[in-house]
Amino acid sequence: MNTRTKLIALQTIVTKEVLRFARIWIQTVLPPMITTALYFIIFGNLIGPRIGPMEGFNYMEFIIPGLIMMAVITNSYSNVVSSFYGSKFQRHIEEMLISPVPNYIIVMGFVAGGVARGLTVGVAVTIVSLLFNPLNIHSLWVMASMILLTAILFSLAGLINGVYAKSFDDISIIPTFVLTPLTYLGGIFYSISMLPEFWQQISLVNPILYMVNAFRYGFLGVSDISLATSYAISLGFIVILYLYCLYLLSKGHGIRT
Amino acid sequence: MAIALSVHDLRKTYKGGHEALKGISLDVTQGDFFALLGPNGAGKTTLIGIVTSLVNKSGGSVAVFGHDLDTDPASAKACLGLVPQEFNFNMFEPVVEVVANQAGYYGIERREAFERAEKYLKHLDLWDKRRVMARNLSGGMKRRLMIARALVHDPKLLILDEPTAGVDIEIRRSMWKFLREINASGTTIILTTHYLEEAESLCRNIAIIDEGELIANTSTRQLLNTLHMETFILDLESPLSEVPDLGNQKLSLVDENTLEAEIYRTDSINELFTGLTSKGIRVISMRNKANRLEELFMNLVESGNGGGRRQTS
Repeated sequence: MNTRTKLIALQTIVTKEVLRFARIWIQTVLPPMITTALYFIIFGNLIGPRIGPMEGFNYMEFIIPGLIMMAVITNSYSNVVSSFYGSKFQRHIEEMLISPVPNYIIVMGFVAGGVARGLTVGVAVTIVSLLFNPLNIHSLWVMASMILLTAILFSLAGLINGVYAKSFDDISIIPTFVLTPLTYLGGIFYSISMLPEFWQQISLVNPILYMVNAFRYGFLGVSDISLATSYAISLGFIVILYLYCLYLLSKGHGIRT
Repeated sequence: MAIALSVHDLRKTYKGGHEALKGISLDVTQGDFFALLGPNGAGKTTLIGIVTSLVNKSGGSVAVFGHDLDTDPASAKACLGLVPQEFNFNMFEPVVEVVANQAGYYGIERREAFERAEKYLKHLDLWDKRRVMARNLSGGMKRRLMIARALVHDPKLLILDEPTAGVDIEIRRSMWKFLREINASGTTIILTTHYLEEAESLCRNIAIIDEGELIANTSTRQLLNTLHMETFILDLESPLSEVPDLGNQKLSLVDENTLEAEIYRTDSINELFTGLTSKGIRVISMRNKANRLEELFMNLVESGNGGGRRQTS
């Protein structure tokens, strides 16, 4: 395949992936909007005023970036894991495997689908947040780049989960027992400076903390972590996960006998 | 004539030690209509899986139109189309997208992909179902959808793994007609089937695999010539109470109005009729008991199990 035909193959996978989640938008886009609206109402409106300002901002302003980030992480991941596992389960992944599409195009196609859903939900949740608080943008570039990197990273992670998954239980174990706790403990609802020293150090092991803080910097201009560290960690994880995805597909793990 | 598919010393051992292919070598020439036969578990689907990159081989080599699957997989894959045994399309996609997306994976632009999808869906009587979700098609329609999908990038070699399994006779006959047309237009076809009548009717060459080994690889005509006996069913005008004695003719009664006769291919059927006429037995109709290839297939598989009769050409 030449570059042009590879791009057509990529476009086909991306279109297929986008149409997949768009067809079932009631299951894919609407629920995170409702869930996040409830977070805004309960934590931002009802509990927030009692908590008081955080890092110089009212509590609602403080949690908006984290909640957007949480929606992007969850949806990027779940889009790819469910789509890839679904294609294994129904065996239509074979359509790609018998074709001349290179493995890196397959990875990029699924990841682009995950990023598309993550960003769609991110924009939808941001619009919902406007009902509760005006948008505060400190650095659009940081905000956009960090949300993009995060969506890529968790789409890759979702793909790895999809490759290993052997049952529908396997695609929900990681999101339930790993992703959700890491997200909640990633500084969405609080600044790690509030934690005792020991727990601050433990928190630094959580990669989501770096992404949430950099993203919050894009909105508010404050962060517990340096931007350079956040970018380095995000990019580092992306490279490692991407190479691992390529390795798994080249070995045919879970897709070839 | 160019070689469409060349398989050399192909081996596959699954995890757990099951040896599905034990060094199979065969060539399929360009333009051939080739049957790959064998009992369940013989290794046919494994062989097809390796050729189509769905199964990792343990040893040997595969080349499609001269493109080695290990060193030039993209070129080899571009020549191949596959209609698998089981439905493997996205059940939640509209029919036209299933076909057009497959074209996209081969680098065909979206607009042209939909034009090609239209062509093949019309050819296979599925165009009016184009917007229907694939899961809502009947079994026969799903089989035809997989054929349309396999053809959308105009493969030079089409592999069909039991394409007519579970479809009614009318659809099967129309699929045969379609496959003959595809083959006549220059596409090489490899077919696995359990309907041996199908192989006998469609295919010029036949390979038989059993327990991972090739036990026959020759032309259909040559293979059929190796049959020594044929069995005929004779419907009688009047009932018989016992088997008539016609000397060296092997006869048996199926029921009082039906006689079964085994005849050496070198003998004349006239002798049978002369004998029956002399006994006052009138035959009102006659037919082959079983598909000839089926008998041969059973003979070969049974002799293969008994210690190994191998033939190749």
